[in-house]
Amino acid sequence: MADINIRRVEKSYGDTRVVHGVDLDIRDGEFVVILGPSGCGKSTLLRMIAGLEAISGGEIAIGGRVVNDLEPRQRGCAMVFQNYALYPHMSVAENIGYALKIAGIGKAERRARVQSVATAIGLEDYLDRRPGQLSGGQRQRVAMGRAMIREPKVFLFDEPLSNLDAKLRVQMRLEIRHLHQRLAATSVFVTHDQIEAMTLADRMVVMNQGNIEQVGAPSDVYDRPASTFVASFIGSPPMNLLPGRMTESGQHVELADGQHVPIPTALAQGRAGRPVTLGIRPEDIRHGPAAGGSGLTAKFDFLEELGMGRLFHGTLGGQDIIMHATDKTPPVFGTAVDIAFDPSRLHLFDVETGKRLAGESGRADKEQWSGYRATA
Amino acid sequence: MRRAYFKNNWIAAALVAPQLLIIFVFFYWPTAQALYWAFTLEQPWGGGNQWVGLENFQAIVEDEYYWNSVMVSIIFAFFSTLLSMGMALVLAIAADRQLNGYKFYRVGLIWPYAVAAPAVGLAFRFIFNPSAGLLSHLNQIWPGIWDPIMNGDHALAMVIFAGAWKQVAYNFIFFLAGLQAIPRSLTEASAMDGAGVLRRVRDIQLPLLAPTAFFLLVINITDSFTDSFGIVDTMTAGGPARATDLMVFKIYEDGFRGLDYSGAAAQSIILMLLVMVLTFFQFRYIERRVHYT
Repeated sequence: MADINIRRVEKSYGDTRVVHGVDLDIRDGEFVVILGPSGCGKSTLLRMIAGLEAISGGEIAIGGRVVNDLEPRQRGCAMVFQNYALYPHMSVAENIGYALKIAGIGKAERRARVQSVATAIGLEDYLDRRPGQLSGGQRQRVAMGRAMIREPKVFLFDEPLSNLDAKLRVQMRLEIRHLHQRLAATSVFVTHDQIEAMTLADRMVVMNQGNIEQVGAPSDVYDRPASTFVASFIGSPPMNLLPGRMTESGQHVELADGQHVPIPTALAQGRAGRPVTLGIRPEDIRHGPAAGGSGLTAKFDFLEELGMGRLFHGTLGGQDIIMHATDKTPPVFGTAVDIAFDPSRLHLFDVETGKRLAGESGRADKEQWSGYRATA
Repeated sequence: MRRAYFKNNWIAAALVAPQLLIIFVFFYWPTAQALYWAFTLEQPWGGGNQWVGLENFQAIVEDEYYWNSVMVSIIFAFFSTLLSMGMALVLAIAADRQLNGYKFYRVGLIWPYAVAAPAVGLAFRFIFNPSAGLLSHLNQIWPGIWDPIMNGDHALAMVIFAGAWKQVAYNFIFFLAGLQAIPRSLTEASAMDGAGVLRRVRDIQLPLLAPTAFFLLVINITDSFTDSFGIVDTMTAGGPARATDLMVFKIYEDGFRGLDYSGAAAQSIILMLLVMVLTFFQFRYIERRVHYT
């Protein structure tokens, strides 16, 4: 059992607080990805779990044991570092076997275990090389082998893929996923890359400025972002956020230029007449007039061809918006054209706190949109 | 690789001329003069000389005091280098671990390097004085246990300590820079692998410091042969009974006190060759062990 319980953990450097009382429970065998922009405290949190940073407040327990005052070696974690942190003066075999050597395991057993790990990571032909003679991907594998050999309860990954080129990154991502399936060790993976986070995570944790913004399965976080920060941080291109005001009837949001966007009534929740932020993902906007005649228009300036679709860049209600269109409607630039929002995919956020309004997803209204599309 | 170059060569020449001139006047010219003197017999008060070939060298080689001086110099070089690099390494590792107050002693440890050798010698003469210094208390308990004035071994130990102390600062700077150039993630990785502090020093930091240590070894050995005059002159003047008669001090004694310019010049040439040979051997046999990439 190696679940990790993080209770109101804080980190300060002098007077600067970088982690503000974080709570998080990670279940045994779970793959959790901590995602956030640079400086959000995600690496610091990971390093506090590892024991490389002192914990300023709160407590961290691994497998039910509070580890605040334990040395890294007593915590049973293995870590893969961003720059690999391989020992340059040792061969690949010595790098991988170093932990066993310290643990006082005999030469013969050490060699056998290094051999089996090397086979698992596909480096059995490179055991005598120095790290300096390896490519980036091979070094990354050595770093993973070094973590694996101790059969740790917990794997910690500190942006391990960010030094690799795009193709290798995809490949190593798959290997990490495989590794996790095979070993089923609790894993905490820190990254600023949302694709890595979405693809690897059982659950992802979005952090911002030392706080956790949202915890959830990747699809939940994508479909129901808890705040405007999460909404704009996840998704590429990011969600369009439009300032507006709920109409008195609670059936529309009025944008800055007076256009009305129909919203499912469930979202209104007594906020009639109040300002709100309306969110809509680029792929939930499409060309063409809305069925009910409540036509929205936007003006587009240019498009980016993606192959699998096209990104239209333009303005709506004085705000820049992006539409990801998959149809082949001939583009019209410079004049107002009809567009439609998928009402089941609208998000509303509080203007002041940025928090999501109407906790329930609009997903229940999915049918409505399908019918809506059919009639359009 | 293409380099930037001056079209007007005379500008380049003019720019390097002052430096070349200084090196020539204060290095090559005296060296050449010493080389010439080493093969002549020079009159002590000037007024001509006489070509004697290798006679000066022959006299030196046959002089048992000279061989004593070589032996003393080698002992001094070995132990002062060992001691100063050892102390500097311990201090640098402590400073690198950022123990309490490291900012203060990091600066404090660099200062001794700025102190001139004779000043160091004078200070240690007081500290090691057998009747009034710090160690005089030992003499009160066991009379005669510390006697650098009469006992040659004590005197040499004292000179070695003072010489090492002066070099500690220099070595400390380089060791600390070397330690700080080791990525922190390496020590962190070894901590995660289960290594304690001492184990990390032994397995990670020391091997990665090897190039720095090699550089310091060459510099320290060279320095201890050529730059130890001030300490000996102020502390022991080569005594007692030539127990601290380092080669560089003997050159001064023979040349400027004994007025044997030719013999001193020949000794200088030998010292220079000795340092060159030592440096060559260090590069030949140690350097290739220290590079790990």
